[in-house]
Amino acid sequence: MARDSQAALVALNRFGFGARGGTSGDLINAASDPRGFVKAELARPNGVLLEAPGLQSTPQLGQAVFAYQDQIKQAREAAAKAGTPTETPPPQAEQKPGLRRNLSLNTVATEIAGQMAEAKPFDKKPSDNKPSDNKPADNMAKPDAMQPNAATPAAAKPAPQPLNVIQKTFRAEALARLQRATLVECGFTERLVVFWSNHFCISASKGELARIWAGAFEREAIRPHVLGRFADMLRAVEQHPAMLFFLDNQQSLGPDSRAGQNRKRGLNENLAREIMELHTLGVGGGYTQEDVTSLARIITGWTFAGRQGQLGAPGSFVFNVNAHQPGPQMLLGKSYEPTGLAQGEAALADIARHPSTANFIATKFVRHFVADDPPPALVARLRDVFVKTDGDLKALATALVDSDEAWKAPLTKMRSPYDFVVASGRLLARVPEDPGFYLNNLNLLGQPLWSPAGPNGFADTSAAWAAPEGMKLRLDIAAQMGARLGPNIDPLDLLEFAAADAASIETRKTIERAESRQQALALLLMSPEMQRR
Amino acid sequence: MIDCVENRLLTSRRGLLLGGASFAAWAYLPKFARAADGRDPRLIVVILRGALDGLSTVAPVGDPDYAGLHGSIALTADGAHPAILLDSFFALHPAMPEFARMYRDMHAAVIHAVATPYRDRSHFDGQDVLESGYAGPGRVQSGWLNRALEALPRGERVSSGLAVGPTTPLVLRGNAPTVGWAPVALPQADDDTAMRLVDLYRHRDPALASALSQGLQLEKVASGDDMKPKPGNQVAQMRQVARGAAKLMAADDGPRIAALAFDGWDTHANEGGPVGRLAFLLGGLDGALAEFESGLGDRWRNTVVVVATEFGRTARINGTDGTDHGTGTIALLAGGAVKGGRVISDWPGLKLANLYEGRDLKPTTDLRSVIKGVLQGQFGLSDRALAETVFPDSASARPMKGLVV
Repeated sequence: MARDSQAALVALNRFGFGARGGTSGDLINAASDPRGFVKAELARPNGVLLEAPGLQSTPQLGQAVFAYQDQIKQAREAAAKAGTPTETPPPQAEQKPGLRRNLSLNTVATEIAGQMAEAKPFDKKPSDNKPSDNKPADNMAKPDAMQPNAATPAAAKPAPQPLNVIQKTFRAEALARLQRATLVECGFTERLVVFWSNHFCISASKGELARIWAGAFEREAIRPHVLGRFADMLRAVEQHPAMLFFLDNQQSLGPDSRAGQNRKRGLNENLAREIMELHTLGVGGGYTQEDVTSLARIITGWTFAGRQGQLGAPGSFVFNVNAHQPGPQMLLGKSYEPTGLAQGEAALADIARHPSTANFIATKFVRHFVADDPPPALVARLRDVFVKTDGDLKALATALVDSDEAWKAPLTKMRSPYDFVVASGRLLARVPEDPGFYLNNLNLLGQPLWSPAGPNGFADTSAAWAAPEGMKLRLDIAAQMGARLGPNIDPLDLLEFAAADAASIETRKTIERAESRQQALALLLMSPEMQRR
Repeated sequence: MIDCVENRLLTSRRGLLLGGASFAAWAYLPKFARAADGRDPRLIVVILRGALDGLSTVAPVGDPDYAGLHGSIALTADGAHPAILLDSFFALHPAMPEFARMYRDMHAAVIHAVATPYRDRSHFDGQDVLESGYAGPGRVQSGWLNRALEALPRGERVSSGLAVGPTTPLVLRGNAPTVGWAPVALPQADDDTAMRLVDLYRHRDPALASALSQGLQLEKVASGDDMKPKPGNQVAQMRQVARGAAKLMAADDGPRIAALAFDGWDTHANEGGPVGRLAFLLGGLDGALAEFESGLGDRWRNTVVVVATEFGRTARINGTDGTDHGTGTIALLAGGAVKGGRVISDWPGLKLANLYEGRDLKPTTDLRSVIKGVLQGQFGLSDRALAETVFPDSASARPMKGLVV
C-alpha cells in the first residue's frame, strides 16, 4: 500500500476531528491524498450550514424566552395571590440582562441545573445493541455512580423538574453540533466553525437569552461565513442579538441621543472595546481609548427588539435611532458621517480590512492549527492572502492547507477537551443521541460548551490543556469510556483506524499488553496519537 | 436525579474555576532566609481578575469629588448601609466586616491609588503584567511569584498528595515546580492503568508524562476529606477554596506560598453600591480572608495575604451604572504579619485635572513596590533579586518598607 500514514494523521488530526472508526476508511483515504482529503470539504460551502428539525431562528427563540418568563411571572403572581409558594420557580428565571459580563458560578450552576439527563458515555449505534453495553465493568463505576457524590444539599432537592424551553434548546443545539462533528468526513470545516465561534465567542452563562441563543448565534452568524468573507462574518456577529446581549450593547445609549437624554444613561464601551481588542485589530493594533469610545458611540442603537416588540419583531436585531449618538465620529483617523446604521457598518467594514486585523487573524489562525509559536513565514503568507483577497476565509483556509509548514510541523498541539471528546466518539463510531455525556465532560475538563469565562474565548495553547489535573481528568474519562465500551471493541483494530503504522511502537505495545480490553481502550484514547494534533 | 449531574460537576472542579477560584502552591518547603529568627512565614497571593473598582471598595469619602463621580453607586458614611470608616478620609465597603476587624486589630492594610506599570486597558494584557511581573505585556512564560521562589533556597518536596489544579495562575507559573488542589468528582482510573499510561508517556511524550504524574500523585490525599465543594453561590465557593487552601497550608509539611484567583470583577453594568453585584463579590472575598485566618490557626501570625487586581475602573460611572476599564485601584494586605491599621496612599485627588487621562484614578504607587516590600519583609529577598529577576527592570520601584511586622 503506497500511503503516507503520517501525513494522514496530519490531515485527520491537525485539520480535522480525527479518523472515524468502523467502515469509514478515513485513514486510508487520507493517506492516499492528504491535501485533497482536507480540501474536499472546502468545495462544499453549503455543507457548513447546520439545519436540523426543530432548530429555530434567533427571534423565535427570543420570543420563546419572553413567553417562558411571562409564564413564570404569572405563575408566581397567581401563587402569591393564593398565598402558596410556587411549585416551579425555574432557577434562572428573572435574569436581568446585562447583570453580569463574566461568569459567576452560582448562575452557571443554577442555570444548568435540571438540564442534564443521565450521563451515558456516548449513545449506542442502533445496530450495536448488545446487552453487555449497559453493564459497567467491575472495577469501574458507571457515570451514574457519580451521583452519590451529589449527596450534598443540592441533591436534597425534590424530584427534577422537566427541562424548560431554554434547557431543551441548548441541548438540541449541542446535539446537532456534536452529531455533525461526529459524522462529517474529515471535519476541517467543523474545526473552522469551532475556531471562528471561539474567536467571536459569546458565553451562554450570561443569562437566559445567551443560553437559548448560543447555538443559533453560531448557525446564523458564524457558519454562513466560514468559507465566505471576514467582513461579512464580523457584521453578522456584531449585529447578532446574542453578541449585543453578551457584551451589553443593548444597554449602551448615545449620551446625546433622545433615549440617553430622557433616561440619563449613556455609553457602555464593552462591545466596542472587544470588537477592536479581540475580534479584529488585537491589542497593540493601533487603536486608542478615544477610538474605543468613538466606536462605542458609533454602534449605539445596535440592539434587539424586546418583548413588547416596539422596535421590531421581538428578539430580532434592530437599529434604534433614538438610542444612537447623533453626529459624525472620528475613528482610527477617519471621520464617519452620521448615517445611522450605515455609520457603524462602514466603520466595521474598514476595521475588517485594517492591516492589524489581517495580522491578528493570520497569527491566531496559524496558532490554532499549526503551533503555539506560529511559524512567522506562514503567518506572513496568510496575512498577505487575507489582505489580497479582502478577507476571503476560504482562501485563507486553502492557503493554510497548501502550505508546507502545516504538514511539516510536528503534531505538538494538545487536543482541546472538545476535540478530545469528539475524536473519541468518532473513533468509537458512536453517534450521540443525547448530549449529556459530552456536556458533562466538557464542563469537567474546563471547556463548557459555548460558555467560556470571558470574551476572549477558550485558551488555544497546549499548556492550557495539558495541565496536571486536566490530564488526570482526561484519564478518568477515558477509563470510563473504556469500562463502558471496551468489552465490545478490538483495541488493535481501533489503533489501525486511528493511526495505523503512524502509531509508535510503544503505543502499540502498550495497547497489546493491556490487561483488558477496557484498559486497552482507555490507553488508546489517552495515547499521544489521540491527544496530540 | 437528572438535575444533579452537571450542577454538581460544575460546582466541583472546574466549577471552582468558573466561579472564580483556583489554588496552586509551590511544591517545596522553602528554606527561608529568615529561618534564623525562627519564623515560618506564609504568603498567599489573591488575584482578582476582571479589574476591581478600588474606589468602590475603599472609598475616598473625604474627597469632595468622589460622590459626584461615582454617582449612584458611591459609598457614604451614613445611610442604610454605611461604609466603614478606616480613617478620616477613607471608608471600607460595608460588605467587608472581617477585613474591617483585621484592620482595627492592626492586621490589615490598604494601599490606595496603586497600579502595575501597565497603562492600557486590556484585561488580558493587564493580567499578564500583573502576574508576570514584567514591565509590559507579551512575556508570559513565568510569574513573579514563581521567580521569587526560585530565589529562595529549596527545601524538601511537599510530600502530601493533593491534586494539581487544572490551571495554575500565571503568577505562580515557571521553573519552580508547583502543586495545587481542586475538589474531585469522577470515578477515577485505577492505578495500574494510570501507571501504564505514565510509562508510555515517558517514552513518547515527556511533557504529558510530567503533567499526568503530577496530577496522579497529588490527587490522593485531598479526596476523602471534607474539601468537596458544596453547592452554593459564588461567595460560598470563594470561601470554600480559601478554606481548602488554608487547610493545606496549615499542615506542618504544607505549602508556604500559594496563589489563588477569583474572577468576576468586571463590573461594566449595574455594579451596585453598598449592596448589589460588587458588594456580593466583596462579601465573598471578605469571607475568604476570614477562612484563611481561621484555617491557618497559629500560622496566621506569620502570614501575609496580598490581594491585587490588574487595573482599576473609571472614576466616573458609565451610562449603565457601572464602571469601564481604568487605571489606579487598591491593593489589600491582611494577615498577622501585616503591620496594619493603615491606608497607605499618596492621594492624587479626583479633580478632573488630577485624573489619569481625565478618566481614571491616577496611580501614585507602583504595585511592584508593595509586593517587593512584602517579599522582602516575609522572605528577606534582596533588593537586587527583586529588581532584576522577580520584577525585571524595576529598580525604580523601590520595595516599600515597613509593611511586615
